[in-house]
Amino acid sequence: MTINEIQDELIDDFAFFDDWMAKYEYIIQLGKELPLIDEQYKKDEYLIKGCQSKVWLHADHQGGKVIFTADSDAIITKGLVGLMIKVLSNHTPREIANSELYFIDQIGLKEHLSPTRANGLLSMVKQMKLYAVALNAKI
Amino acid sequence: MERTAVLERFDVRRIRKDFPILTRTVNGKPLVYLDNGATTQKPQQVIDAIVNYYTQLNSNVHRGVHHLSQLATDAFEVTRRKLQPFIHAAHEHEIILTKGTTESINLVASCYGKAFISAGDEIIISAMEHHSNIVPWQIVCEERGALLKVVPINDAGELDMEMYRSMLNDRTRLVAITYVSNALGTINPVKTIIELAHAAGAPVLLDAAQAIQHLTIDVQELDVDFLVFSGHKMYGPTGIGVLYGKEKWLNAMPPYQSGGEMIKEVTFAQTTYNELPFKFEAGTPNIEAGICLGHAIDYINDIGMAAIAQYEHELLDYTTQRLLDIPGLRIIGTAKEKSSVVSFLLDGAHPYDVGVILDKLGVAVRTGHHCTQPLMDRYGIPGTVRASIAMYNTKEDIDILVAGVEKAAAMLL
Ligand SMILES: Cc1ncc(COP(=O)(O)O)c(C=O)c1O
Repeated sequence: MTINEIQDELIDDFAFFDDWMAKYEYIIQLGKELPLIDEQYKKDEYLIKGCQSKVWLHADHQGGKVIFTADSDAIITKGLVGLMIKVLSNHTPREIANSELYFIDQIGLKEHLSPTRANGLLSMVKQMKLYAVALNAKI
Repeated sequence: MERTAVLERFDVRRIRKDFPILTRTVNGKPLVYLDNGATTQKPQQVIDAIVNYYTQLNSNVHRGVHHLSQLATDAFEVTRRKLQPFIHAAHEHEIILTKGTTESINLVASCYGKAFISAGDEIIISAMEHHSNIVPWQIVCEERGALLKVVPINDAGELDMEMYRSMLNDRTRLVAITYVSNALGTINPVKTIIELAHAAGAPVLLDAAQAIQHLTIDVQELDVDFLVFSGHKMYGPTGIGVLYGKEKWLNAMPPYQSGGEMIKEVTFAQTTYNELPFKFEAGTPNIEAGICLGHAIDYINDIGMAAIAQYEHELLDYTTQRLLDIPGLRIIGTAKEKSSVVSFLLDGAHPYDVGVILDKLGVAVRTGHHCTQPLMDRYGIPGTVRASIAMYNTKEDIDILVAGVEKAAAMLL
């Protein structure tokens, strides 16, 4: 699936939730289920500085595609990080660098991507794109 | 008997009507505002004064001979005149109007530092200080080759007074300590702190950012040398704050910034500085906020600080008891003397997650390190969830908070 197909699928999934609680319960569940990152990468050098919750991000590439793994010490952030990875991981650097993440807004989580939100998510998306750009240059 | 009388006079329903923002909704729920430590809401009286300033008075102060400038100057100076009895200062000119607590501390650090601190001297702060009562002192120490000493705290969040005693010596040039901790709610034994410092020959700066809106403060009775606070945390506008300093210190300190207002006479050869308080008030001040802070003081005085303090104390007890009923909830900061703040953690939940869910329920709390990272490190935690109360909060607010935390626990754990 392309990045946009995954985004559209998430938008459809989220349309089933009729209130914020159901939505957040899903995100929390996602956060709880996903083993997101290898312990060796939960080090300061992989840390994205968000003010309140920590986010670790690691990028690898296999067969021309970027594989992201990540984690957070806050469960809601971790769930949101999981969503980002679902959408962006396993695509080519060019696809990632050129992607436009419209699903966040459409599933009603825009507030989490605002620069004033102290969860590091915005920095994480920026960092994912930076990795992609850097890998694109290398490949 | 007396106590009941005070509480009977305190009519929180009536007070709430003065704060228009309290009727709005957030995320479809009625707003429950429990982030008063960050800033308080403003009563209609203050809001009206802001509108009145721009519709009737706007003009620069201390300069023009024209009518409006006179009116604005008078209104601005009325605030200083109200602040003097509010903190029981001996003189009106000991009240310097600044941008806020942070600027007041920076002013003292810079000007007192230049005049009195040299290599090998010592400054004492505590482990529970806000960053704005840490960093300016670090900078002064670095610049002047002085040593910064930090009074530790116990697990309850109380200062280790024995350690404090042992840190004081003839090299101590200043003690800078918070009156009430913004992250823990601890009320420090400031009277004793000041007596001990004075016995060692050192003046004391009290950070009263979290005390001024909750406690009656008498600077002469305390014999404190400097007292700093912000208007926006005491129902007034942002952009205005206070530095109280004893006349003898303020006269002995060089000016902070330079420019208009702070001078008496300027020639290219030499400039003579203006008298107190203007020596420390360079440039056009925040006139609107300065004037309207006076209206916030009137508002507090009308209700009465004693009544406010007693009401808030009961509400704090109620909040603590209700929160402690939640399984797995731990309160950070359990000092015997506390004011207005309850910091807590739900075992197994990050404070950020709890804050997000409370926000969805219309409850505004602060989460994170509260600008006290060294304090959080002391407890080995990333931060806390902090509920901080003001005079307009009610038991119903607390019940909604508690229900919200229970919901967060159910969802997160
Ligand atoms: C104890 C304490 N000191 C200083 C400050 C800084 O105040 P301001 O940001 O108004 O300058 C605060 C505000 O959060 C505080 O709580």
